[in-house]
Parts: sequence; C-alpha cells; structure tokens
Amino acid sequence: MTARFRIGCGAGFSADRLDPAVDLARDGALDALVFECVGERTLAFGHRDRRADPTRGYNTLLETRLRAVWPLTAASGCRIVTNMGAANPSAAGRAAIRVAGNAGLDGQAVAVVLGDDVTDRITPDTPLPLSGCTVGDIDRTLIGANAYIGADAILPALETDASLVIGGRLADPSMFLALLRHRFGWAADDWPRLGAGILTGHLMECGAQITGGYFADPGHKEVPDLAFVGYPIAEVAADGSVTITKLPEAGGMVTTATVKEQLLYEVHDPCRYLTPDVTADFSAVRIADQAGDRVGLSGASGTARPDTLKVTVAFDGGLLAEGEVSYAGRGAVDRARLAAEITETRLRRVHGVTEDLRCDLIGVRSLHAHADYGTDGADTDVRLRVAGRFRDRTQAEAVLWEVESLLCSGPAGGGGFRGRITPSIVTHDAFLPRSDVPTRVEVLRT
Amino acid sequence: MTRNVSLRDIAHARAGDKGDTSNISLWVNDPAHFRAVCRQVTAEAVKRHFGSQVHGTVTRHEMPHLQGLNFVLTSALDGGVNGSLNLDGHGKSWSFILLEMQVELD
Repeated sequence: MTARFRIGCGAGFSADRLDPAVDLARDGALDALVFECVGERTLAFGHRDRRADPTRGYNTLLETRLRAVWPLTAASGCRIVTNMGAANPSAAGRAAIRVAGNAGLDGQAVAVVLGDDVTDRITPDTPLPLSGCTVGDIDRTLIGANAYIGADAILPALETDASLVIGGRLADPSMFLALLRHRFGWAADDWPRLGAGILTGHLMECGAQITGGYFADPGHKEVPDLAFVGYPIAEVAADGSVTITKLPEAGGMVTTATVKEQLLYEVHDPCRYLTPDVTADFSAVRIADQAGDRVGLSGASGTARPDTLKVTVAFDGGLLAEGEVSYAGRGAVDRARLAAEITETRLRRVHGVTEDLRCDLIGVRSLHAHADYGTDGADTDVRLRVAGRFRDRTQAEAVLWEVESLLCSGPAGGGGFRGRITPSIVTHDAFLPRSDVPTRVEVLRT
Repeated sequence: MTRNVSLRDIAHARAGDKGDTSNISLWVNDPAHFRAVCRQVTAEAVKRHFGSQVHGTVTRHEMPHLQGLNFVLTSALDGGVNGSLNLDGHGKSWSFILLEMQVELD
C-alpha cells in the first residue's frame, strides 16, 4: 500500500495566526503545507494596493509567514503551496526570493502560477448572470477581476523543483487537490477521485475550523485549550480517503462533530459542490471517529467539472461610514431609539443623504435586525450604530458628525462615541470559458 | 409525555455565505432525535423563523446517514458581505438564531 500523503493547513484566511503554522512546519512531518489566504475582499484590496504601488498587492503577511516556516519546510523537504500572491503573484514571488536571500536559504526555486487575473478581459458587455445585468450596468469603477483557477493550473508548478508555489486566485480546495493529483497521479477526468480530493481540500481550507475553532459554545460544546488551537493535518490515501487530525500537543480537538460542521460549510447542495476541477459530491460521505483526535472520511465522489470558470469582478463600493454611541441604565433603549431617529432625520434633511441608512441597537438587536427576537427588558447597556455607504466622502463624514453631535444635542446620557470610514468593495460573479483563462508558471530561483 | 427543547439543546450548527445566499448546516447530536427534527424543522418553518430577513427561498438538503440538514437561504444577506450594512454581513452568527428554534420531542 502506498504511504499516505500528509498535508497541513497553515492558514485558513488572510489574517490567520502564525504560531500554529510554525508548529506544523516544525513538528508535522508534512509532505506539504498549504496557506489559504484569499477572499473576495482581500483580493479586491490587493488590486487597490497594486495600483498604488506595483510591488504590492499580495498578502501583507507573506514575508512574515515565509520567514517563520520556509527554513523549516525547506530543511524537511515539505513543499509550501499558497494563494498569498493575491492580486500580484509575480511581486509575491520576488518578495519570496528576497526572504530566502535574507534567511540564507540557498538553492530554492519558487514557482509562480499566473493567469487568474482577467481584469483586461472584462468589458461593459460582460454578463453578470447572477446579478441579472452586465458590468456596464453596475455604474461603478472596476477594480479587478480574477478567475478561480484549479489544479490544472497548479500542477505544472508542482512538476518543477520548486519548494514554494505561489499563485493568486487559486481556488481554495484546488491547492490540496493539485498536491494529491501530483502525488497519486489521478487523471484529470477521474471525477470520483477528484471529488474525494476536493473533500480533503474543503475540510482543510479553513484551518482551525475543523480542529475545534469556531465551534466552542460553553456548557454545550467544550473545546480544550482553544487559545492554542492547532491547525489541521490531512493524511490522504491513494484512493482519496482521508484522516483529519492535528498535532497531539496542540489545543483544540478533531471529532465527528467538528468535522461535520466543516463538511457543509459554505456548501449548498451536498451533491453538487462546484469547483474548477470537478462537481464534487459529498452526499454519501461516511465519517468514522478513530479516537485520539483522528476522524476518517470516505465515500466522497464527483461528476464532470463545470464548463466555465467563476470570476469575481470587484468594483469600488464607496465608503462605509459607521458612527456609534452608548446609553446605559433604565430607558437606555428608548434613548438610543430617539438618538437614531434624530440622526436619520438630520442626515436626510440637513445633509441631503438619500442612501440607505441602517440603525442598530447593539445589545438589543443588531445582527438580525429584520427578525424580532425581542429582549428580556434588561436594557442597561445599549449601543447605537448608524451605518451607510456613500460615494461622496462629505456625506460619509456627516454620519460620524451627526452621531458625535448627539453628545451635546441628543438624548440624555450618550457616551463613548467612535466613528470610522472604511473603503468598501462591491463584487459580482461573472463566468468565462476556460479557453479565455490561459495559465502559465514562472520559476524564480534564489 | 412530550417536552419542548430548543435546537441548541439537541443539535449543533454552522453558518456560511456565498454572495447573498446563506447556508446553515444543522447536526442532531442523538440519532434518536433526527426524525422529530426532520418533521418539525422544515424549510417552511425555517423561513418563518427568520422572518423578513429572507427575501428569497429556503431549501432543505438532507444527509440522514449523518443526522444532518442543510438549509440554503437565498436573498438573505442584504446583498452579501460586500454590500450589506449589517455588522455581520456574512450572517455567521445565524447558526445560533436557527438553534433558538423550539422542537417537541416524544
């Protein structure tokens, strides 16, 4: 029987922690370590950074992460695969070479996967089918567009001698699938096996979300040593079956319950999970608790891949303005409601604001403002939040101004004003034929 | 004797988003409770529970061998994380709203 392939996940999103990744690189006896760091927002902000400075646009933690883990993985022969290149994989590759130089890592190759950036293929006539319109109808400034590219694009990079593979919008689970296809030689149309590989990638791509992170609910679901929750390790067999585990000394846990929650995370129909590589089918997955923080999964399958590639098209979304102020004691809710009415009235009548405004009463009803879950009457600590999104900076500033002015002119007892204005992104999905998204690999050497 | 419990007492859940669509998976701890949950936590019941927050449809996918249900709520996230004015534009906290639903057990 062929040995199992051990893959660790060193990051499940752009801002994920460093120390659990270092632990995996040092103690994981890994064949590969994947850092999944791209989301719609991070990619769009990467495009903005790149426009301001052509040497930027990749994950801001790239150098920090590589400095900490690459010397360890290079020494043990473990490969790193990551989409930390975000909106600028070429610059990320050059940055990696600089890290290697500074760390005295000789003889390393970096394979950069290119081709996901399809910004120059987007025209006003490009359809946005899920939004029922075209790019031109959006009437906002295009920031960038990236296709989700899959294992086909990553495999040529793995066929080089690179110890580090960097790309941009590499689809999250496809990074894992590419490693498995490379290791086990699975054919590009072996749909059941590809579906199984995608299952491994899907379970792993959110890091600690399968090892006890994002799970604890004191009194109902306890997780040991959550402050030091470990990142996951997948041990994959040639038939695609997988065992999910973690380092024994790391915090957190791997149980059938933590695995189940991740199994359908961001999945709609379990029979049809669309990826660039395969339409994966998780509906018949079997889960077996092997005890000791080891859970086995088998039975994933798949059918033919979609004909088109999904493309995230990002537009300038204007400025998100948020102003907040707090009220305490009995009657706090009534005073916060009065403050909200005053603020909305003045933003409309004095500042001419016509955009949607949202007023939340944090502590009473904020996250689910349209559903009535009521309160238990203990309105002793309420925070008003007024939010709007604007193209015009003056109007964004007016939201903060009006909330702050409640301090002297609003209801009694308002305090603790904070305000922030955040640049905002709007994204829509387009779909391109695969032939419109040619990819290639560039190898850089230290 | 029947008794009423909240889903949080007998199940666990996780919410995720794609664009303006939310999905919440629900996993029943004790297989003996799965039938009762299936019978009562229907797509229609979940749509009622979330009220005016869901502008689209609620679809339920079933994974009986794992005692799991997956609810897909469309037009439910005020346009999605990048357009919503909701503090939790992903709707990640919604798993615990679903877990507030009451079910009757035999």
